[in-house]
Amino acid sequence: MSKKLLEIENITVRFGGVIAVNKVNFSLEKGELVGFIGPNGAGKTTLMKTITGMVEPQEGKILLNGELLNGKPIHERINLGLSLAQQIVSPLNSFNCIDNVVLACGKNKTKNLFKSLFINETAEEEKKAKELLEIVGLGEVLNEYPETLPLGYLKRLEVARALALDPLLLLLDEPLAGLNQKEASSLGDLIVKLNEKGQTILLIEHNLKEVIRICKKIYVQDNGRSLAYGDALDVMKNEDVKRAYLGTNKNA
Amino acid sequence: MDYEITLLTTMSISILFALALNFVTGLCGQISLGHAAFLGTGAYTSAMMTKASYPFLLTLPFAALTSGILGFFIGLCSLRVRHDFLAITTMGVGFLFVGVVRQQDFLGGEVGISGIPSPGFSRFWFLVFCLFLASLFAFFSLRIKKSWMGKVFESISDDEDVTRSLGINVSHYKIFAFVIGTSVAGVAGALYAHHLRFIGPDSFGFVESVSVLAMVIIGGVGSVWAVSITAAFLSVLPMVFQFVDDYKLLFYSALLFFMMRFSPEGLKGLVEKIKKNRKSKLDKENKNEQKAS
Repeated sequence: MSKKLLEIENITVRFGGVIAVNKVNFSLEKGELVGFIGPNGAGKTTLMKTITGMVEPQEGKILLNGELLNGKPIHERINLGLSLAQQIVSPLNSFNCIDNVVLACGKNKTKNLFKSLFINETAEEEKKAKELLEIVGLGEVLNEYPETLPLGYLKRLEVARALALDPLLLLLDEPLAGLNQKEASSLGDLIVKLNEKGQTILLIEHNLKEVIRICKKIYVQDNGRSLAYGDALDVMKNEDVKRAYLGTNKNA
Repeated sequence: MDYEITLLTTMSISILFALALNFVTGLCGQISLGHAAFLGTGAYTSAMMTKASYPFLLTLPFAALTSGILGFFIGLCSLRVRHDFLAITTMGVGFLFVGVVRQQDFLGGEVGISGIPSPGFSRFWFLVFCLFLASLFAFFSLRIKKSWMGKVFESISDDEDVTRSLGINVSHYKIFAFVIGTSVAGVAGALYAHHLRFIGPDSFGFVESVSVLAMVIIGGVGSVWAVSITAAFLSVLPMVFQFVDDYKLLFYSALLFFMMRFSPEGLKGLVEKIKKNRKSKLDKENKNEQKAS
């Protein structure tokens, strides 16, 4: 039986005449932590949006745990086991930190409209939300509102909320962007810790130093095409990858 | 005594209507600038039925049903358009309703429907019935706010896309809010028609939609008790002071302006601010006493 959790087969996404993702094939196994890198305009976020359902591909298939995701709305994909921490943090500002996570923890209660009408109980979700916030290092700001917190905290809140959905696959879209070295390194350590506990993670990131440090495997995309996939250090030695990041020396 | 009963009945119907809009706009964050159309749909349905000799109480579910069906379709629109565009769409529905009703002879056209039969009970018991329905819906709204559905509504009101990314089917919740908010407006319309015994297209125009929106905003969007108090107060004001009735829109606009300037969160925000100030003052006094001792 295949251990593959995510399978992307021949995906093509076009915006008018621009091909953002071009016949990409990629797969991820259960328990893996894969870094997804590429220069600006490589189509990383577009592919991520295609997985979550914000963008529908013109060609190809996406399967999660053997289930076809194409054509399914976002909430159905989330209920199948996807979860996303977005690049631009978007906490619910009218909820404090713990309530942001509680709402995600209550996925089974909010899935059904009529069920949600008759249930008030939140004790179980509050306990789980508290534990998750402590794991990501936000145990001291449970009752603070997002507007009062710095970016580093909000990035962690985003991760906690994504984890609260008990995902099979956690998609992290540039979680380290905008953080200083210390914050980035600490969040990087957290990602490794989560993976060690068995969480499958696909990490889109620009911070190459951190990606190489924390990810054993790396997938590279450039101009919408797959460029390389494999062991992190081998991939970074790949001439095509070097060329994509550094360009070609025409005088050489 | 009759006058007081009339005032209180008007007040109860206004509270029910304002709470209906508060359900859509306050709890779920979906703006409706044409809510009078749903009030009108319920009023016309109920009035036509009682004129055809159906008992008043039987007309209430039908009033709720016709308004709810209209609300369902507006709810479908809310899946396509948001914010300002939804405001314009709902405003359009309001104008469309008045325009269509004016052209229909069987609905009385410009003249409206007069001689609507009595609901079948005395003025006092009609007041009790209106108060009962308003209280019932206020209780239902409070119940929703405490439930998981209330959390989802608040989340949709905050950010729809984030709510979707939490695995929640936002479309179902938005349509539900519209159906409930418009059905209850329809029931309020049925009560309105049998309270005044006369309805015309102008009773459900843009001014009525803006007036009820003003009640919700001045009260404090989402707050059941604050919206109820404001609706009660603002609905009887034009009956007590003639100049308020003559310059209704001007008066409501001025109130809205002052609220936006001094307490954007309405009466609810004002009360919370006073409570907070009083608490910090008490804390300060306690600290000073402790220092002194």
